[in-house]
Amino acid sequence: MNIGTRKILDRSFTAVGIGSIVVMAIALMIVVVPIITNGIGAVFFTGTVEHRKMLFSEFKRGDSENLSSEVASSNRYRAKVYGMLTGFEAELETMAPEKKAEYQAKYSEVRAALQALLGPLPGDPEPMLTRFKYGQTRWEKAEEKLHDLLYESKWDNSNPEVMAKEYFVSRAIGFQGTSLVKLFPYVKDNFEEILLPEFTFYWGFITDSSVDSHFFGGIWPEIQGTFFLAIGAMLFAFPLGVVAAVYFTEYARPGFLNSMLRSANSTLAGVPSIVFGMFGLAFFINTLKVSESKSVIAGALTLAIMILPTIIRAAEEAILAVPKTYREASLSLGSTKWNTIATVILPAALPGIITGGIISLGRAAGETAPIIFTAAVSVGSAIGLADVLTSPTPALSWNIYNLASEHEAAAQIRHVQYGMVLALVSIVLMLNLSAIVLRARISKKLKG
Amino acid sequence: MDARESSGSAPVKKATRDMYLPPERRTIADGGDAHISAREFSIYYGEFEAVKRVSADILSKYVTAIIGPSGCGKSTFLRAINRMNDLIPSCHTTGALLFDGQDVYGKFTDEVLLRKKVGMVFQKPNPFPKSIFDNIAYGPRLHGVNDKKKLMEIVERSLKKAAIWDEVCDRLDKNALGLSGGQQQRICVARTLAVEPEVLLLDEPTSALDPKATAKIEDLIQELRGSYTIMIVTHNMQQASRVSDATMFFYEGVLVEQASTAQLFTNPKDPMTEDYITGRFS
Repeated sequence: MNIGTRKILDRSFTAVGIGSIVVMAIALMIVVVPIITNGIGAVFFTGTVEHRKMLFSEFKRGDSENLSSEVASSNRYRAKVYGMLTGFEAELETMAPEKKAEYQAKYSEVRAALQALLGPLPGDPEPMLTRFKYGQTRWEKAEEKLHDLLYESKWDNSNPEVMAKEYFVSRAIGFQGTSLVKLFPYVKDNFEEILLPEFTFYWGFITDSSVDSHFFGGIWPEIQGTFFLAIGAMLFAFPLGVVAAVYFTEYARPGFLNSMLRSANSTLAGVPSIVFGMFGLAFFINTLKVSESKSVIAGALTLAIMILPTIIRAAEEAILAVPKTYREASLSLGSTKWNTIATVILPAALPGIITGGIISLGRAAGETAPIIFTAAVSVGSAIGLADVLTSPTPALSWNIYNLASEHEAAAQIRHVQYGMVLALVSIVLMLNLSAIVLRARISKKLKG
Repeated sequence: MDARESSGSAPVKKATRDMYLPPERRTIADGGDAHISAREFSIYYGEFEAVKRVSADILSKYVTAIIGPSGCGKSTFLRAINRMNDLIPSCHTTGALLFDGQDVYGKFTDEVLLRKKVGMVFQKPNPFPKSIFDNIAYGPRLHGVNDKKKLMEIVERSLKKAAIWDEVCDRLDKNALGLSGGQQQRICVARTLAVEPEVLLLDEPTSALDPKATAKIEDLIQELRGSYTIMIVTHNMQQASRVSDATMFFYEGVLVEQASTAQLFTNPKDPMTEDYITGRFS
């Protein structure tokens, strides 16, 4: 080949390589940056006095003196709002019936918006659900609710050719000529005094249980559940996988049965995870009855079956990569086959085996489908180690899906979803990093 | 063509003490008994007969060199003695191979015990990825020595026998893979000596080493002569003539000639041997 063409080929190949790495890096940024920026918002955010009230009464956390002075200061401004409401209610009574009915409807919308913003109004009955006991705890949400209070959303569908368009009408216009018209500018102008926004570092997001299906509180039960499931799966799959790999590489005689087993193992690695979920339900719960219904142990077993092929494959590769000379040296010293495997082959293969194991651990932590039917519940408190045989557990992967798609107020708690995603990604990343570090350390020890 | 026919009826070359002993060595050891004997011994890889009906005696406490061109079966023969060929599934043997009068391939032979008595050093230095101490102590630990003090004694003695103690005595806890190739090979010799074998099989032990390291290994073989029955496969005829008492010449799986080294190199009986040692083919 001409030297010129060769150089051009070399350069273009380098360029293609660099290009693909850049594309990958960009794709990674596009995925990871929103996860991090949004997820951080679950821990660092601008919290209102409602958040501090909630923390104090739900988690007994915070300075009570400070809080009561804050509440007092907030209530001074709120009292005026409440005063306007009672004033308007008295005014309503004096109106003509048809006019009263018209204002009554508008007024109840205003009340609802105020309840969402500030929590229960004076005279309201004690709400049943915790989520209604407090106003907006987060400043950015409070601003959204303020907008709801100030403006009424309407839909313009005058032109049937195009899609209806949303537009906003100021509520103040609707109350023109009544005493309530002053309420809107008052709330808007004194918004900060009413809610007292403050930069908040809510570390409890990691360590708290959730309150009222994730409206408040943290994600500790999910984190713990994820660890239980992933580590439980490893406890079953890792020893089994390594033993199977040793059998395949050291003991199995080549033949029909062996090749069948190997291809079965490869096939297993490609089975969709939802199938493992159904299998886990049918086999571990319905047939073997490892537990009455969903439980951590059933989920861990199902995950173990799912990651087993990967572990076997990685361990096989690692064992086969051990130089033949080690085996010869050990045997020539009068070592038995088993002793050679235990004292020479497996230690030398350890970095590869561990890498495969930890990658599988990351996968077990992140999989959703296998635990839907076998282990996961959407809401629950952290379970003790003694309960893993009988209790189901919340888990990050499943709860992310659940909060995003099945939660009755998914839009209200986006920050929790993002926080969970960030937690899951961090856990998996941490596991992979520890795999890299561990591998490097063992390799270094082996290489001397 | 049937290989067996080509080799004809190779006469059984019965070793005698006279045949082996060059006059200047008559004083060493009281050996002379056949430590390892092959009778009509063949090794097959599947259908292929790699070693063809070899009959020979290897005398106790002497250094026997095996020479021959590549692929002539000399390594296969050597590895048959401690049954390392068992690792190759298709490998099987016919005839008899006796070690200390016992059939190496007998039904009741414990190959683990055999390998303890017949140590081997390989072509490429292959220390374990462990510390120098653990490398040497590997064998003794396998065979039940766990006392730290006793192990230390064995390690020191083995390293001294392998003439590497001075070079490594201050870094026994360092990984053996950090040593040079020649040092690694002597570590391998020391590791083999630590299990106190009777026979040392050296499979081209210097082919991966530079001349200086090779000289050290050869010196080492001289040191060990008389204490162990040593068999060394080598491509280097100078090496064979330098270190060995007796030499076997293999060609295409057949043992062509076996004689004392002095005789084989100065006065070969077989014309093929003469062609080989004079470099007419290789």
